[in-house]
Amino acid sequence: MSDKSYLDRVVKKQYEFGFTTDIEMDVAPAGLNEDIIRLISHKKNEPEFMLTWRLEAYRYWLTLKKEIPAWAHLKIDPIDFQALSYYAAPKSTKNAPKSLSEVDPKLLETYEKLGIPLHERAKLAGVAVDAVFDSVSVATTFKEKLNDAGVIFCSFSEAVQKHPALVEKYLGSVVSYRDNFFATLNSAVFSDGSFVYIPKGVRCPMELSTYFRINTAKTGQFERTLIIADENSYVSYLEGCTAPMRDENQLHAAVVELVAHKNAQIKYATVQNWYPGDENGQGGIYNFVTKRGICLEENAKISWTQIETGSAITWKYPSVILRGDHSVGEFYSVALTNHYQQADTGTKMIHIGKNTKSTIISKGITAGHGQNSYRGLVRINPGAMHARNYSQCDSLLIGAQCGAHTFPYIVVKNQTAQIEHEATTSKISDDQLFYCRQRGISSEDAVSLIVNGFCKAVFQELPMEFAVEAQKLLEVSLEGSIG
Amino acid sequence: MLEIKNLHATINNTEILKGINLKINSGAVHAIMGPNGSGKTTLSSVLAGRDGYTVTKGEILFFGQNLLDLSVEDRAIAGLFLAMQYPIEIPGVNNSYFLKTALNSIRKAHGENPLDAFDFMAIAKKYLHAVGMDEKFLKRSVNAGFSGGEKKRNEIFQMLLLQPKLAILDEMDSGLDIDALQIIASGVNALRNQTRSFLIITHYQRLLNYIEPDFVHVLLNGKIVKSGDKNLALEIESNGYADLSILDKQ
Repeated sequence: MSDKSYLDRVVKKQYEFGFTTDIEMDVAPAGLNEDIIRLISHKKNEPEFMLTWRLEAYRYWLTLKKEIPAWAHLKIDPIDFQALSYYAAPKSTKNAPKSLSEVDPKLLETYEKLGIPLHERAKLAGVAVDAVFDSVSVATTFKEKLNDAGVIFCSFSEAVQKHPALVEKYLGSVVSYRDNFFATLNSAVFSDGSFVYIPKGVRCPMELSTYFRINTAKTGQFERTLIIADENSYVSYLEGCTAPMRDENQLHAAVVELVAHKNAQIKYATVQNWYPGDENGQGGIYNFVTKRGICLEENAKISWTQIETGSAITWKYPSVILRGDHSVGEFYSVALTNHYQQADTGTKMIHIGKNTKSTIISKGITAGHGQNSYRGLVRINPGAMHARNYSQCDSLLIGAQCGAHTFPYIVVKNQTAQIEHEATTSKISDDQLFYCRQRGISSEDAVSLIVNGFCKAVFQELPMEFAVEAQKLLEVSLEGSIG
Repeated sequence: MLEIKNLHATINNTEILKGINLKINSGAVHAIMGPNGSGKTTLSSVLAGRDGYTVTKGEILFFGQNLLDLSVEDRAIAGLFLAMQYPIEIPGVNNSYFLKTALNSIRKAHGENPLDAFDFMAIAKKYLHAVGMDEKFLKRSVNAGFSGGEKKRNEIFQMLLLQPKLAILDEMDSGLDIDALQIIASGVNALRNQTRSFLIITHYQRLLNYIEPDFVHVLLNGKIVKSGDKNLALEIESNGYADLSILDKQ
């Protein structure tokens, strides 16, 4: 097998998480109207302010053109928003489970297959998990231990019931329902998600984690995550995502809002492995996500780390508004596209406070017919004295049919700002493969060696056990991408 | 161990090797000398299985096995090592991680247990000293930003670590000062034994002052035109290749 043909072969590996779970579901009729929104709100037994907010969002959505924003470097078929169902829940959770023993065993089996440590034995791993199945949160582990520390970690629905004041105060405070098309849609119809509140001075005693799973056909998943870190607190949060293999595209439009108060730190990591579609570009998840954090007061810090290997289309820009003086924003990203996957992803760092600092490290890997774009905005407002930004955007190409693009936007309104931007594009060369193989390393191992080396700066930001997981995920996603 | 019979090879349909015959026994050190364009690097590339070269005639046996049937990595696993004139840079890949992967791939293919990080480091440190480099070198990316001399020493370091049965050194002396040259030579000499063979490809005689070859061959225009002992190298050093070109025309 010559190096050339090796560099031309494309991934044949099957998506590992493509199974579906046969479980009785409560699915709302397809289509979107005020009744559906009232139905969702009613099913969740929401207080009035939630319904009002949803309806405001919906009415605003009606005024928008039902088109996906065209500025991204993506080719997307039109989506029929009336053909989707906006609510699906496993029937057995209707009377919400109070403990794991009340959760449908089939659900537990599904999470078992996904390797999620739902049972308490996961204590060893020290990770608290909230699992969202289609649109409904089904189980949250370690609740008691977290309670002792004063940490609130629960499904969004539960937070609405038990902590309505917090929800009302912060919901939409970072991403308003008018923010963008998908954020508006999410605000109207979101059904669940995760909620975290870390009280003043508390260092969350464990990693928090949410797993998202789309199961039902022809449903959209719209979850919403809200994390609030009060003064002098710390939290590290990780989300993972998978979906079954289906021929049609499925829509996922989530919103994540982070609020960091004075001296608080939030680390948010994503390992996204939604079904990417098959090797001909059939099926796969459309992933339109709005993620934003605000460093509300001084010395707050927010870090986004993302490993994006799944989805047919990824459209997401986890951003940080650096409002407090001396606040810090970080974005570390590995985005991989193979076959016909497309990704347009990056970040926005909005510097408002004095001496604010941001770091952007973006690594794009593209193989097959994949298209990978980095799109990022660094904005220094007039009052942001001595703001600093460092950006590094690297692209790695595997094969000759793929594309890598970089769209950096830099807006500076203050002369004292210091901004650095570095970008590189490289290709795994035949010479590099030959060199590795001459030393006895197979082509597959050589590629993963080079890819992992390329991503090292980002993997270092992940909690140890997830860094290993991320590495494996890249190997699987690239398997046979050359050869 | 290695037998090359009537080897013809082309690059882009241009014939570069025009009937090479060479037999290397276990434990022997052979030197191939020749001017630029004589086919030296083509020969080493064909032996290692590099892409872009087509063998049009002849065969190569390595321990009785048809070498041309083996993939690049299988040749390495069988014990063939090529120290390159221009070692390739792999930015981002840590030198020690690269070498550990290589060593363990070969060990695995031979049914041996992989070395863990501690065992690997112990061996690596031993050989690092042999090539006069410090441990920081292991943490740097493979050849990235290395000076010419460091790259060559890295090749020898890898050779020491992988303990090949046949090491081909392609113009290792080009662009090196005497100190580096001596380090490379002592690396080779340290590995010389009854079962290991070397094929040293060079333009100049000076490396052979430090590595004493058993046989010297002169490559001209794709053919070995003269073979002899180490004195042939000295002869070429004083008379140049021009005198020998007449042999090529015979």
